[in-house]
Amino acid sequence: MTTPIVSCRGIEKWYSGVHALKQVSIDIRGGEAVGLVGDNGAGKSTLINILSGVAMADDGEIFFEGAKARITCPRDAMKLGIETIYQYNSMVPCMSIARNLFISREPLKFRIGRFGVIDIKKMREESMQAIANVDLHLRTPDALVGELSGGQRQGVAIARAMYFKSKLMILDEPTNHLSVKETNKVLGFVQSLRKQGITSIFISHNIPHVFACCDRIVAMARGEIVLDKPVGETSMDEILEVL
Amino acid sequence: MKRLLKIYLEKPELAGLVLLIVLVIIFQVKSGGVFLSLQNLQGILGLLPETGLVAIGVTILMICGEFDLSVGSVFALMPMTMAVIMTFGVPFLPAVLAGFLVCIAIGLINGYVTLKFNIPSFITTLGMLFIARSLTVVISGGFPPLLSTDIPTWLFTAYVGPGDLFRMSFVWFVAVAILAGYLLGRTNFGNWIAAVGGFREAAAATGVSVNSVKMICFVLSAVLAGFAGMIQVMRLGSPLPSIGDGLELEAVAAAVIGGTALTGGIGTVFGGIIGAVLIRIIDNGLVLSQVDANWFKFAVGFLTIFAVVANTWLRARARKIKLEVSA
Repeated sequence: MTTPIVSCRGIEKWYSGVHALKQVSIDIRGGEAVGLVGDNGAGKSTLINILSGVAMADDGEIFFEGAKARITCPRDAMKLGIETIYQYNSMVPCMSIARNLFISREPLKFRIGRFGVIDIKKMREESMQAIANVDLHLRTPDALVGELSGGQRQGVAIARAMYFKSKLMILDEPTNHLSVKETNKVLGFVQSLRKQGITSIFISHNIPHVFACCDRIVAMARGEIVLDKPVGETSMDEILEVL
Repeated sequence: MKRLLKIYLEKPELAGLVLLIVLVIIFQVKSGGVFLSLQNLQGILGLLPETGLVAIGVTILMICGEFDLSVGSVFALMPMTMAVIMTFGVPFLPAVLAGFLVCIAIGLINGYVTLKFNIPSFITTLGMLFIARSLTVVISGGFPPLLSTDIPTWLFTAYVGPGDLFRMSFVWFVAVAILAGYLLGRTNFGNWIAAVGGFREAAAATGVSVNSVKMICFVLSAVLAGFAGMIQVMRLGSPLPSIGDGLELEAVAAAVIGGTALTGGIGTVFGGIIGAVLIRIIDNGLVLSQVDANWFKFAVGFLTIFAVVANTWLRARARKIKLEVSA
């Protein structure tokens, strides 16, 4: 078996007296699409926040591609190649698509330290290319993200993650608050990720969605992993029972 | 065509620009052609940099999602610090530097307190408004020092340009405005400012260090306010402890008239400047049109409300123009 892309070993997290994660260990292998399910408060989001640098574990270790990783902020996670797409907060509505795609990673004409002048032409062209690559066709990179539909927004977020060659894409409830049609569109994006061999963790309340686009299901309850099986070896009923 | 109209309607500074043109025409007619005369423009352009520089700093900070009510007091404190230090025989340049260090310190304190204790910057800078004003009066000792005559005031006050149209301060102002506009629109840091003000969580999740960006904007606002105060003092010849009183609200009004959203994320440096120009023009135009000058604040107040209403309406209109975003 190949080295997993990510290994979590004995992750512990407390939130003011609440034991949010209890000795959680999980391996995610390259090319896998893992569905992470669980009720509210089961610890899914906590685990994801630790991987994406939004929160830090109180104890435990994370290995990325076999090497011990220290993820203290979202930048650390992004440098490793972990991209996270949240249900709402991955885009700034009053900014253009092009500007959103490149926040904090703008293509620069020249730089002094971390500061520099944006190469606007390159930014616009590359963003059009990036969204076309996820099969999302928008007429202009200058449209404000606030004018896009919820599904299109998630499409742009996924395009961003793809553009930056993410090794592990985390999708945190990307279909919440979307219409059925939009949801199907987003599920389509997720399925195309799997075809392109991108490793992903898909978090959802909706168990049929997870079954539709994942290879393996991991269920969490009360801060622990209670089930971890390939899609073919489990059923929706079994999942519902352990939750 | 629809597309052009939409782009046009979405420009946040549009309402301010239209108002500006309308007012210029009204004042020109009402004053019998005096308003746009060389001499009068000279007067307006001589005062504009002082309001304009403060407005630029406040606009950028507002786009970043924060507020600065202490600019009027910093406007007085910076030149007072400089003048008081010079009375001890310190040369001009180190004294200016000391003045700017005070501004940087105030910006850092405003930012630190706001971010560390997670309180509204409205409150932090309201406190600083009183603190900085008090410090100004205390260090002046009640008797504002006279500026010595051998300092290079010409660097800021000398008349230049065709027909001596503007003072050097205007050149400084244009230079700062271009730099600030470039910073906001063309640099990665400008992109972070808009992202932080537009949606803090998204900016943080994409790796922008939100607090550093805000901190820099607080400092920028204080430094520009201090610089503007120094220019006014150079023009007046003595640092009065009362200068800049009420300027903070004028600057906020300028930013808002120019289309800056109070909620952050939306706005341009150009808009803030249009707002500042409008305020100066009303001040001047009312006098020329022989209207009682006490109507000045009424006009600024009315304009602020009107501009925000107009901007909200324009934005809603733009949204209604349905453009297929998908190709």
